Amino acid sequence: MTPTLELSRVTKRFGGGHLEVDALTEVSMTVEPGELVAVMGPSGSGKTTLLSLAGGLDTPTEGTVTVEAVDLSTLGVRELARLRRRRIGYVFQQLNLIDGLTAAENVSLPLELDGVATSQARARAFEALERVEMTELADRFPEELSGGEQQRVAIARAVVGERILLLADEPTGALDSVTGEKVLRLLRGHCDRGGSGVLVTHDARFAAWADRVVFLRDGRIADETRSPEGPESLLSDAATR
Amino acid sequence: MSVPMSLLAILDEGPSYGLRLKQEFERRTGGVWPLNVGQVYTSLDRLEREGLVRQLDGGIERQRPHEITPAGRRRLAEWYDRPIDRSPGRDQLVLKLVMAVGGANGDPAAVIQAERRGAVELLQQYTRLKRDGLEDDLGWAFLVDSLIFKTEARVRWLDACEARLTKARPFGSGTRAAAPTEGANEPVKITPPAEVLR
Repeated sequence: MTPTLELSRVTKRFGGGHLEVDALTEVSMTVEPGELVAVMGPSGSGKTTLLSLAGGLDTPTEGTVTVEAVDLSTLGVRELARLRRRRIGYVFQQLNLIDGLTAAENVSLPLELDGVATSQARARAFEALERVEMTELADRFPEELSGGEQQRVAIARAVVGERILLLADEPTGALDSVTGEKVLRLLRGHCDRGGSGVLVTHDARFAAWADRVVFLRDGRIADETRSPEGPESLLSDAATR
Repeated sequence: MSVPMSLLAILDEGPSYGLRLKQEFERRTGGVWPLNVGQVYTSLDRLEREGLVRQLDGGIERQRPHEITPAGRRRLAEWYDRPIDRSPGRDQLVLKLVMAVGGANGDPAAVIQAERRGAVELLQQYTRLKRDGLEDDLGWAFLVDSLIFKTEARVRWLDACEARLTKARPFGSGTRAAAPTEGANEPVKITPPAEVLR
């Protein structure tokens, strides 16, 4: 199977001379179809840089970033922008919804920018809103929605149409615990339907929804979880006490 | 005392006997804390000695139903009303880190990361329980959430320890990278029943 995302010995260096700083050093990781990978680390460990590189928002100093077997460094500006619009969705802590547009219009916007006919774009947006259980509020403006509802719209926008790779940067940041969990269920659902996701978080409770958790320290992958045992192991453990 | 009090809570809804009590306890806790029937009998004997339950007539030996007494109802009400005793016990993980940071041969950074990985893996397992469970089963959600929040608290504490350690001993000054090795750095096992069966 072709990985949805592959980072191969990626280094990102900022500044020059004696001010040179490596934000990431030789980071390699793959995300397969159906997989949700969480990246955990303290502030300044390189999490957001990693996500920017994975989404083609920035270019690595060394190494390659590949999305569905396409090396992003081989793409021109327009091709890269098209790939980002069509295949990659972003969810941020700041929701970045456009105030003057309804929930449905916010979700259909990337498709319309991509030249999809309005009626078709709206139909796809409705499908995406259905997945996050927001169809009833489709005609509301962002200011008429709660934080959790806005985040659900942002997720619908991130997965609308054919978008396969979902990149989420602290998507639960401003949300209470139960609403945060709802967001994670949606990210999980995207991956369970065959999509892929990278979740950047400093919160272990949310990282635990991922199949794999990668620990970033000072720009390097310091460790990662081993494949978790099924929940049965908890039960047998308790039974033998 | 949690198992006897839980049995008392079940008996508050009507008389019952050992095996039934075991089944009801396990149903409400979603099977996360299995009981053996012997534990139930021991708990019933203890409750009976304290005058909190009494045996009713009928049934053969172990199937003889028990009912809650007025004293039992009062004790149950107190149990619900009063916050549980939270005096700190000795925690194996805390000791492990205190020893690692205080001695010449310890590698606290490696211990912290091994423990963090272990705790996150445990969180993944609990989260899976939650994913597979029914969203509308509130008792189950309460229980799994309690395990999740406790484990998360452990991760946060480890994060804080690491931040202190990094400040005191900047990165690369003699702390080897956290290696996922077997043996010495195996995470302390956090087992679900520790709280309830204490």
